[in-house]
Amino acid sequence: MSNANGTMNLTLKVWRQPNAQTPGKFETYKAENISPDMSFLEMLDVVNESIIHAKQDPIHFDHDCREGICGMCSLYINGRPHGPKRAITTCQLHMRSFSDGETITIEPWRAKAFPVIKDLATDRSAFDRIQQAGGYVSVNTGGVPDANEIPIPKVIADEAFNSATCIQCGACVAACKNASAMLFTSAKITQLALLPQGQPERYRRVQSMVAQMDAEGFGNCTNTGACEAECPKEITLTNIARMNFDFFSAKLFREEEVHAENHGG
Amino acid sequence: MILDAKIPQGPLAEKWSKHKFNLKLVNPANKRKYNIIVVGTGLAGASAAASLAELGYNVTAFCFQDSARRAHSIAAQGGINAAKNYRNDGDSVYRLFYDTIKGGDYRAREGNVYRLAEVSVNIIDQCVAQGVPFAREYGGLLDNRSFGGAQVSRTFYARGQTGQQLLLGAFSALNRQIHEGKVKLYTRTEMLDVVVVDGQAKGIVTRNLKTGEIETHAGHAVLLCTGGYSNVFYLSTNAAGSNVTAAWRAHKRGALFANPCYTQIHPTCIPVTGTHQSKLTLMSESLRNDGRVWAPKTVEIAKKVRSGELKIENVKEEDRDYFLERKYPSFGNLVPRDVASRNAKEMVDEGRGVGGSGIAVFLDFRDAIERLGEDAVKAKYGNLFDMYYQITDENPYKQPMRIYPAVHYTMGGLWVDYNLSTNVPGLYALGEANFSDHGANRLGASALMQGLADGYFVIPYTLGDYLATIGPKPVDTNHPAFAQTKKEVEQHVAKLLALKGTKTTTEYHRELGHIMWEYCGMARTEEGLKKARVMIQELKEDFWKNAIVVGKNDEINNALEKAGRVADFIELGALMVEDALMRRESCGGHFRLESQTEEGEALRNDDEFAFVAAWEFKGENQPEELHKEELVYENVKLTQRSYK
Repeated sequence: MSNANGTMNLTLKVWRQPNAQTPGKFETYKAENISPDMSFLEMLDVVNESIIHAKQDPIHFDHDCREGICGMCSLYINGRPHGPKRAITTCQLHMRSFSDGETITIEPWRAKAFPVIKDLATDRSAFDRIQQAGGYVSVNTGGVPDANEIPIPKVIADEAFNSATCIQCGACVAACKNASAMLFTSAKITQLALLPQGQPERYRRVQSMVAQMDAEGFGNCTNTGACEAECPKEITLTNIARMNFDFFSAKLFREEEVHAENHGG
Repeated sequence: MILDAKIPQGPLAEKWSKHKFNLKLVNPANKRKYNIIVVGTGLAGASAAASLAELGYNVTAFCFQDSARRAHSIAAQGGINAAKNYRNDGDSVYRLFYDTIKGGDYRAREGNVYRLAEVSVNIIDQCVAQGVPFAREYGGLLDNRSFGGAQVSRTFYARGQTGQQLLLGAFSALNRQIHEGKVKLYTRTEMLDVVVVDGQAKGIVTRNLKTGEIETHAGHAVLLCTGGYSNVFYLSTNAAGSNVTAAWRAHKRGALFANPCYTQIHPTCIPVTGTHQSKLTLMSESLRNDGRVWAPKTVEIAKKVRSGELKIENVKEEDRDYFLERKYPSFGNLVPRDVASRNAKEMVDEGRGVGGSGIAVFLDFRDAIERLGEDAVKAKYGNLFDMYYQITDENPYKQPMRIYPAVHYTMGGLWVDYNLSTNVPGLYALGEANFSDHGANRLGASALMQGLADGYFVIPYTLGDYLATIGPKPVDTNHPAFAQTKKEVEQHVAKLLALKGTKTTTEYHRELGHIMWEYCGMARTEEGLKKARVMIQELKEDFWKNAIVVGKNDEINNALEKAGRVADFIELGALMVEDALMRRESCGGHFRLESQTEEGEALRNDDEFAFVAAWEFKGENQPEELHKEELVYENVKLTQRSYK
């Protein structure tokens, strides 16, 4: 809600931290004459322009595509990853979701496995390493069958697609009281576990990716569901259940047995 | 300088296979002795890095984002073309080739475009094998939809996020090679220069964006997969970080820059709302499959719609001008992007625009919802509708979208030959960073196709030929050229950090964008371009006097990164204006008001301008030298493009 001029004046409490080694603290800034049509990041742009004019160090935050798909933006706004609205990223959040005179608290993702680089930006490279551990189908370029030789039921393709919409932003980790990366990891595993292309490596993949996830220092899942509630792409807890099922299958049986079991239905 | 495109001789359909046979090979045991540098990890970069590593080369890859998956290919919405003819509707490699050449308004090379169409079919196979979840039909086979400039359905898609799904496929292949130890990836690292040793590219200079450290890296070849330069307009559909710096620094080291003025203005973007705006958001071209574009029939009705006196839903059928359907009955709403954009501009210029600013036309789904039902429309375009609603606070199921053209893609880029090599041996450009396949206008769903064609199916062949020629002698950073180039980069950084004026680099960027959009945008004139030439020169001088850059080098410093990028954009802007001035014809996205048909369509001048304009850097503040590569058409007849 804006004031009589159609704009808003806000107070920002922003986490400032020069690097991972130095303790951080909140600083207060004024954001004035903010249009309700601005995106949240554009509001921060305006504040940063005035900071630069004052020859001070601008607030550092990660962002890139500004249309909700690259997964780079990552602000914890008033205690919620990507702010108060469901199913959007910070760059898709508009100032019309706030009120004139409001105080907004902005923090980075908080998780041991995501150390702060500066201010509101964290190092999320752990997510890359989890995928490097096995988040792929081992095919080389060339020499693959014609695309239509692999028919896939539409319902399965759609379900795999739902998992594949994950943008790797890390909101699930930030929302979780245990800083667990189960929702992210399980979405990546589930996409391939559902598709015929992913079957040959299905059980190796789940073990190596889970092992890497644990090695990165993420916490465990205690089924609170905060991750699902805050995921901008609405990835569901079903992914975690699927991952757990595959993980236990792989633990309990030898690889050839679990494949035989799977093919036998 | 004589530009040799190295197009193979022989019939069109045999060129690529013959060429592949004639290229030299590197023995499998020798491949590991080569190191290849790949800059950028979008579709072109990730696919090239993964494919080359699979062959056995050692690859060092770089991206400025915190993860390779965030490269801006991720944001492509609509789809990817391939001549599969799965629909039995008359598609073929030749038809995709023909549509692309015609769509590009006869300013692309026949040989390159044919090859692109030829390998398009392999791309879909490759992506499906990786697990890319393309849209499917109930029978389990792949679905297709239509895109502009084509009368067949050849576009494969993954809801409204085809770019993300294709990039995740290439990213997974890249991850596999990182795991195998064949690719070393540097994230949050920006390339700031190319190192040229005895006329050959042998490495790059980078800045670590976390620590500010300036480093050198050596390789037998350098592949620039660094995307386009739409952000020269400040407002575009590109990501905030997309920039021209890598390509521009390569240009200043000798690589020719081709057709810089060919920019694509996408017809369906969400209109600008205010000066605070940092980017524009695209609404996928796929929406034109079912959405109908219209403007009020008269200026009077438009005024009433703008003021709210007349509600949109109450505008009578006969007062709605479906101008694309009216003017182009064969292609209707699916005319190519340049044509659709110019027509929207015409409506607004006539005073028939809508929305608060009057700078928009409608894209209406009323009829599609009536015909197919809201659920079917939601299944096809749901995420795009949501995106529109988030940004505008208007519900597109209930009222038409307001759309207006915005800068989206740049057809120009580094000049490359058929092998994707620039004129500097060892320096290659792939994907949007090169100029080669789209002529003066790119058709929808062809950017993803080209990025992946270059990375998966062209460079793995053509690069081997060069590497076999130079031999596997080790390269390192000990040559004095590395120290010298590094020193020059450090001096450039120091010069930027010394700027302690009063205007932020964002303010300069916005001003540059205004100049480019006004005078080098959708309609260009000699008078306007000459004005822009002076304004950009003044802006450049002012930048180096009055800009303000805060902070130091040895820390995370966004202000410094931005300053370097804006400085390069200003120089590029000047070259774009020169190129647009030189090309006294209209073609595709380059529309010179002086050169149009009686019906207001782009009028080419093939006698004088059927060439690629490749510009050579001649030193700071010196005019660039124009080199021409004549375009030879042996298979298609050059005609006035018609979509009527």
